[in-house]
Amino acid sequence: MTVHNLYLFDRNGVCLHYSEWHRKKQAGIPKEEEYKLMYGMLFSIRSFVSKMSPLDIRYKLHYYETPTGIKVVMNTDLGVGPIRDVLHHIYSALYVELVVKNPLCPLGQTVQSELFRSRLDSYVRSLPFFSARAG
Amino acid sequence: MSRQANRGTESKKMSSELFTLTYGALVTQLCKDYENDEDVNKQLDKMGFNIGVRLIEDFLARSNVGRCHDFRETADVIAKVAFKMYLGITPSITNWSPAGDEFSLILENNPLVDFVELPDNHSSLIYSNLLCGVLRGALEMMAVEAKFVQDTLKGDGVTEIRMRFIRRIEDNLPAGEE
Repeated sequence: MTVHNLYLFDRNGVCLHYSEWHRKKQAGIPKEEEYKLMYGMLFSIRSFVSKMSPLDIRYKLHYYETPTGIKVVMNTDLGVGPIRDVLHHIYSALYVELVVKNPLCPLGQTVQSELFRSRLDSYVRSLPFFSARAG
Repeated sequence: MSRQANRGTESKKMSSELFTLTYGALVTQLCKDYENDEDVNKQLDKMGFNIGVRLIEDFLARSNVGRCHDFRETADVIAKVAFKMYLGITPSITNWSPAGDEFSLILENNPLVDFVELPDNHSSLIYSNLLCGVLRGALEMMAVEAKFVQDTLKGDGVTEIRMRFIRRIEDNLPAGEE
């Protein structure tokens, strides 16, 4: 079991943060474009989800959205179960505590805070389903 | 740069005098900086808005409230959960418009105005206008109007904030993707 990567988007599709841990393949396109594609895909998925059941895919995409439009997207392998509490923790104890509540961190753009990046990294690595050996 | 460990969902206790005096110092300084009441009112609203857009995230992180289905639910959450959490008061909700798009929040007491009396030369100052800005900012997912229609500082019996729903603001695609 392992964690591949994580995206944090706001309601305007700005990618606030991206981290990867074990990603087997790179996308072959610039990061900025990948963020846009990921967001565009999420946007489309949202309209499908209400009408039909999700497609079976080779990784699991875990999705958490707040009423303010903050979206946490974590991709893992298939062995990982529901992790709503993990995504909520990333939102409330990391993003809200370290970014939103810091008046010197501007909103609506990529998070520059090194503290946020390192705390998020430590948290993900500490998760029971995170393994240093991928797959 | 280190931070103390996450304190979980409890509120830190703080002296209410410190809060009231801090707010008073803010308004006083704005009055000195801007010289006329209308500009001060605008600044208070703007500052409140900037507070509101962040406050809503803290609120969601701590309260586990989900998306509201209609404006009535929004009103309930504002009065019974949010005001309680941040100001320790529970305003009552009254005067719904027939269309259900406007209501009033009645505040029996307003912690911002403890010890405050408006002097004669500031008769158009909306002292607590920060609150209106906070409400607008916190409801950033919709366009709302918030304004004081009664104010104990101006001799009214209660403080009344009128809230009006304008429209929902949908999530946006990144610029250039349309």
